[in-house]
Amino acid sequence: MAVPISLSKHDWSLHRKGPADQARHNEKVREAIKGNLGDIISEEAIITADGEKIVRVPIRSLELPRFRFDDGKNSHVGQGNGESGVGDPVDGQGEAGPGQGKGAGNEPGVDYYEAEITIDELATLIFEDLGLPNLQQKQNEEIDTETSKFQDIERKGILSNLDKRRTIMESIKRNAIAGQQPRFIGVKPDDLRFRSWRQEIRRETNAVVIAMRDVSGSMGEFEKYISRSFYFWMVRFLRQKYNNVRIVFITHHTEAKEVDEQTFFTLGESGGTKVSSAYKLALEIIKERFNPERWNIYPFHFSDGDNWGDSDNRLCIDLVKQMLGMSNIFGYGEIQQVPHGYSTLMSAFSNIEDEKFTAITIRDKKDVYPALQKFFDGKPEGATER
Amino acid sequence: MSDNFDELLSAMDDIWGIAKKFGLDPFPTHFEVVPASIMYEFGAYGLPGRFSHWTHGKSYQQMKTMYDYGLSKIYELVINANPCYGFLMDTNSIMQNKLVVAHVLAHCDFFKNNVYFSHTSRQMIDGASINAERIRKYEFEHGTLEVEKFLDAVLSIQEHIDPNIRSRKRESVELGHKLQVKRAGPFDDLWSLEKSEEVEGPKNKLKRFPEEPEKDLLLFIAEHSVDLEEWQRDIIQIVRSEMLYFLPQMQTKIMNEGWASFWHARIMRELNLTDDEYAEFATLHSSVLAPSRHQINPYYIGMKMFEDIEKRWDEPTDEERERLGRKSGEGRTKIFEVRELENDVSFLRTYLTKQLVEDLDLYIYKLEGDKLVVVEKDWQKIRDMITNSMTNFGNPYIVVEDADYRRNRELYLKHSYEGQELDVNYAEKTMRYVYNLWGRAVHIETEVDGKKVVLTYDGEKSTKRLI
Repeated sequence: MAVPISLSKHDWSLHRKGPADQARHNEKVREAIKGNLGDIISEEAIITADGEKIVRVPIRSLELPRFRFDDGKNSHVGQGNGESGVGDPVDGQGEAGPGQGKGAGNEPGVDYYEAEITIDELATLIFEDLGLPNLQQKQNEEIDTETSKFQDIERKGILSNLDKRRTIMESIKRNAIAGQQPRFIGVKPDDLRFRSWRQEIRRETNAVVIAMRDVSGSMGEFEKYISRSFYFWMVRFLRQKYNNVRIVFITHHTEAKEVDEQTFFTLGESGGTKVSSAYKLALEIIKERFNPERWNIYPFHFSDGDNWGDSDNRLCIDLVKQMLGMSNIFGYGEIQQVPHGYSTLMSAFSNIEDEKFTAITIRDKKDVYPALQKFFDGKPEGATER
Repeated sequence: MSDNFDELLSAMDDIWGIAKKFGLDPFPTHFEVVPASIMYEFGAYGLPGRFSHWTHGKSYQQMKTMYDYGLSKIYELVINANPCYGFLMDTNSIMQNKLVVAHVLAHCDFFKNNVYFSHTSRQMIDGASINAERIRKYEFEHGTLEVEKFLDAVLSIQEHIDPNIRSRKRESVELGHKLQVKRAGPFDDLWSLEKSEEVEGPKNKLKRFPEEPEKDLLLFIAEHSVDLEEWQRDIIQIVRSEMLYFLPQMQTKIMNEGWASFWHARIMRELNLTDDEYAEFATLHSSVLAPSRHQINPYYIGMKMFEDIEKRWDEPTDEERERLGRKSGEGRTKIFEVRELENDVSFLRTYLTKQLVEDLDLYIYKLEGDKLVVVEKDWQKIRDMITNSMTNFGNPYIVVEDADYRRNRELYLKHSYEGQELDVNYAEKTMRYVYNLWGRAVHIETEVDGKKVVLTYDGEKSTKRLI
């Protein structure tokens, strides 16, 4: 009798089940990341990275829960080299040989899963629901949006774009020129006319964001970190979603100055705080360069709220009211890790009643994402979004 | 490759011959050479062609990544079926594949002859594909997400089935039969119908349901959950039938791997290997059998135990001769008997001796502070610890205690606490899934820190109370 054992080799290259389910798992990981954005976006590693870079973000492992034992509270059986005794430490690293299917899952502790994602992908997830609020059509528009329009007629092209009417006209003309009856008889290659399109840039709406950052001595590591983190995402968001939004960077302590982007993010100064100086400078810049008739204006200010004194607070209220008159919204973020007792800018602002005024308090890294959501809560009106 | 292919084919004939000579009795076996991605896919799914689910995708990705980075490698995969299927990786060397073939044949012998496998479906490769096809059809009819959500819920309790249900079923059929005998005329049952409404009705309502605690959660929910649609009940049955198929493999992991390792070593020694080949074989063999400090290596422990049994029945001590009447030279017969009749629990209970525990240097360790420390060396405690951890295949033992709790059709589960606590966090999450299956509030009774507690999920929130 022949030996009942056989061997074969087939072409498996079209087999795709594993990768397909793997893709579904990845999709779920993406969803989980989206659910965790609050935790993720203020990670130090992320806000210092550039867009192409892949970052690893921690999410709770995606696994089906089941009834299982609490491993941390239980004991396990292991195997020593022949000399183990009670009280001996068990090495951290197992010496599991290859060929064993048994993987993790017995280890105590919470399972975290590190998902890999590029900053740009992450940004897309974060910005999905954000937009500039109250964006309005203004004169002499400058924000670019691209549209395609059939405009030109050309002699070469693809058949689906054939302009039949013009082709017939050309045929009649050719016949007329040749001294024949001006009729449509026969089409020669020269007669063909094709429609072709051109990218058209429509100038839409002008917008300028005025980013103001408190760099005074009272701003501790945490406060600076939060304001940087917020502005990092804001700048990224504006650049990704809008072609031509101007951003003006202002830093202040007792004096304010306009700085470039690099300085804005890296500057660390010290000294006292006079918030009014920043607002004054912002107002000047608006008056000189950004006529509210033509610009959508978005001032944002981040501070720890620890200002020079009540007189300056009152001055600030006046200035904010002036700015509100010409801005689309005014956003104020106050960063306080622990609530302090004394009166801050926030309490001074509490009697400003204007729906364009938005103020929030940030106490934790996690609050950065809600802040973004609140300030850029624009389901944008008009066709400004790309 | 084709040279290798032919060489392997002829080696396989030799290996089969040697295996038969040793007394192994496998199913006819078909081997298939596959690329790594396919190997890991089958490994992740458990069976070729099994239904799609993201958890399978996840373990596929994990296994594949480990392989891609060179951290772990599957050498063999074998499917319990008739004929048996073995998968060989196309990147294995010819030597490695010879070892795998020998190893797989011993697995097939185990599948065919161990009593716990006697009820498993030997057509499960077809079965899994048909099941996958059915689930695919439900995805078309009811939406992929809907089916996925439901599968999530079912898979979260997939371990909670009862492999002994066959014997139980027979009893209840007999019982039903006896009841029928009482009826005399063809229409008498109509009378009894009316009577039962009047008299027995209220009494029946007070009866506990289920009468006996039910261990098979999947079966119970499939049969008694009110809100499920037919396709949903079918999915539960599919998952359950596949789990019943996998269960004996979980039940005999140590024996099965030990048996295969025991025989691959002996078969390879009979082959005419060159020195180089033998060195390669020895390297692979020892890496497969390497002990681990954190868990027991079933290949190693299992093989050592079979060797020990063979030795003790070949050369019994004087005491064993006198008191147990054991004759010498019965080692081979004995290990074949063991592979036929035992499962891991009975195997370890009966044959893991004091001497073996000491020779293997087994210990119990525990997390103390932030360090893992050896806490116990007593052989009986170690043996009991291993066998206890295998109760219900390493899962908590949970039964349906009352399916009409508070007279409100709520589901009351009970965890039979035997010293190991539930992970409460996980339990609470799992109960949300059970709620989706049952449709009403779900409770589970367990023990935390020495106190009896009941966890409840009522569709909105989880609560915990002491009783």
